[in-house]
Amino acid sequence: MRQSRIKWHIVVFLAPAVLVYTAIMIVPLFNTLRLSLFTEVDQERVYVGLENFRTLFGDQRWSDSFWNALGNNFWFFFIHMLVQNPIGILLAAILSNPRLRFSAIYRTAIFVPTILSFVIVGFAWKLILSPIWGIAPGMMDAVGLGDFFQPWLGLEETSLTTLALISVWQFVGIPMMLIYAALLSIPDEILEAGECDGLTGFSAFWKIKLPLILPSIGIISILTFVGNFNAFDLIYAAQGALAGPNYSTDILGTFMYRTFFGFQLQLGDPHMGSAIASAMFGIILIGVCFYLFAIQSRMRRYQF
Amino acid sequence: MSMKKLTAGLLATTMLVGTAASAQDVTLTIESWRNDDLILWQDVIIPAFEAENPGIQVEFTPSAPAEYNAVLNSKLDAGSAGDLITCRPFDASLALYEAGQLTDLSDLEAMSNFSSVAQSAWQTDDGSATFCMPMASVIHGFIYNADAFAELGLEEPTTVDEFFAVLDAIEEDGTYIPMAMGTADQWEAATMGYNNIGPNYWRGEEGRLALIAGEQALTDPEWVGPLEQLARWGDYLGRGFEAQTYPDSQNLFTLGRAAIYPAGSWEITGFNAQADFAMGAFAPPVPNAGDECFISDHTDIAIGLNAASPNAEAARTFLSWVGSAEFASIYANALPGFFPLSNAEVTLEDPLAQEMISWRSECESSIRSTYQILSRGTPNLENDTWNASTQVIRGAETPADAAARLQEGLASWYEPQQ
Repeated sequence: MRQSRIKWHIVVFLAPAVLVYTAIMIVPLFNTLRLSLFTEVDQERVYVGLENFRTLFGDQRWSDSFWNALGNNFWFFFIHMLVQNPIGILLAAILSNPRLRFSAIYRTAIFVPTILSFVIVGFAWKLILSPIWGIAPGMMDAVGLGDFFQPWLGLEETSLTTLALISVWQFVGIPMMLIYAALLSIPDEILEAGECDGLTGFSAFWKIKLPLILPSIGIISILTFVGNFNAFDLIYAAQGALAGPNYSTDILGTFMYRTFFGFQLQLGDPHMGSAIASAMFGIILIGVCFYLFAIQSRMRRYQF
Repeated sequence: MSMKKLTAGLLATTMLVGTAASAQDVTLTIESWRNDDLILWQDVIIPAFEAENPGIQVEFTPSAPAEYNAVLNSKLDAGSAGDLITCRPFDASLALYEAGQLTDLSDLEAMSNFSSVAQSAWQTDDGSATFCMPMASVIHGFIYNADAFAELGLEEPTTVDEFFAVLDAIEEDGTYIPMAMGTADQWEAATMGYNNIGPNYWRGEEGRLALIAGEQALTDPEWVGPLEQLARWGDYLGRGFEAQTYPDSQNLFTLGRAAIYPAGSWEITGFNAQADFAMGAFAPPVPNAGDECFISDHTDIAIGLNAASPNAEAARTFLSWVGSAEFASIYANALPGFFPLSNAEVTLEDPLAQEMISWRSECESSIRSTYQILSRGTPNLENDTWNASTQVIRGAETPADAAARLQEGLASWYEPQQ
């Protein structure tokens, strides 16, 4: 008796995940890509090839909005990388110190904002920073910095950075946890060996721990990249779909939402919206590929 | 024992439902963005209708104003929308009609209770079909804290110069923020700013229609004028107005911290409930003493019939009732600030609402300049006006530059302006 070549148990076990993932992720994704090749003329859907993309990148008005949103997106990501990773590493390093008491409480407290809804975070920070009822002006007054208070969310120069920092506040728990886990997995033998060679304190951190947690930082960076370029909720909750002031907080997500679903008197255009969504997909794809092939494959791995 | 009781109870309820259903019971669902009015519909309007029309039940199911258009479009496409659709004015509803999602209601007798201006917001461009039954308009002006005015010895201003003199006096005194408005949400700057004071500059319908016909441009003095006035507003809006939201402004005024509120009449209900001081209202001040005055009396809300509704007959009964004098009176008095568009005589009990509606006899009425036809293309003139008004108030752009930008955007797709 010859055994059946097909290993049915593998198919059976994979099926649920594959089916669900296909139905709710892959089909809509390809449908969006398909939709971006059409437009509507007199209530009829017409195939126009890459015309929507020509409009998006060629028409001055569309392309200005697009590049503005993309630029803002990069700034949003840049602030995240600049602030979130160092703070995440610092917090993890402090938490992993065995002499720190109540570390479980700190860990939980720092992680809690991550599980809050964007709407709550946006609303709470809007209130905190409100020039009228917020506690920020009062607190700054109390320490003599009252004159430095500005309506940060309402100024073109500062609003995007402020929102990026709010987002960092919300999500700093995730890099902290991942790096914390990586730090804990470093065997004591290595650190002790280092100690014998005279590496203690800071130099032990720079020369031993940091290289060992680099893969974690890579993963965090790519997760942040994908999250930031898909971001929408916080901006929408805090600044509305027009992403004011003067589009200074407009990122690809809000630009796509406005175009796809319409806004106020502007009617929705699902086809141009899909074109923007496809462009977002392309940008994220390029970013992830760059990480996978250029960075991760070169990263050294250590086996303990 | 208890099982038996349960069964009996279930049987009894089934029978009850059975009898009710046999009286050709129909439930109509209304889609709306007016979630503020939910209680009013449930407690006043719907019972009044149901009392007269046994067998038709009505359910009011509003969604959030900002999401309404998107939610409604998705529901209509999916076939899950209610029988009756609350209509936004102009193109949003026109698009629904052209897509065959709203029914032509021109043949309803009650439609004759409305003037052609009232119907214009829900008609095809050639006026051949009216697809929503007009319900109400909103009037713009300024609501002020009458106690504060009395305390500072101020009078209602009638000209722009008097208006700024009043603002200066309030600023000088320092007790109150002169005017409560922020630019964080942007729309107030255009709706309660630009389109509130604008009709006095562009002479209401005259200028609005000339703009649509391409005879005037947004860079003409009558269209730059309101932006120039807005540019002066920034100094009187209080600290941090750049991050002040719409609810912030409402609260600043009702808490008595600000003296003047650039308003739409829909605020009246909320203000009556919140403010514990006397309030008054004045129409937008005219540029020169003795000028004819114009107000924005904007057709805002109507109700139409979902073409896919299985209960069209009952829905038409409801719509005819909406067009009646009875509904106009119930609605206008239950919601002071939403003024009936119907020709029927309606007396308003609320003094503030009565004050605002009285402007109709003193001034010429017009609607918001950006709403009809001009916001059809991309870039969208209404959205651009939000942005331009905000920029001008914040002092980030000069009125002339902002007007030039608006004109350029409009001319890029609107032929009569090219």
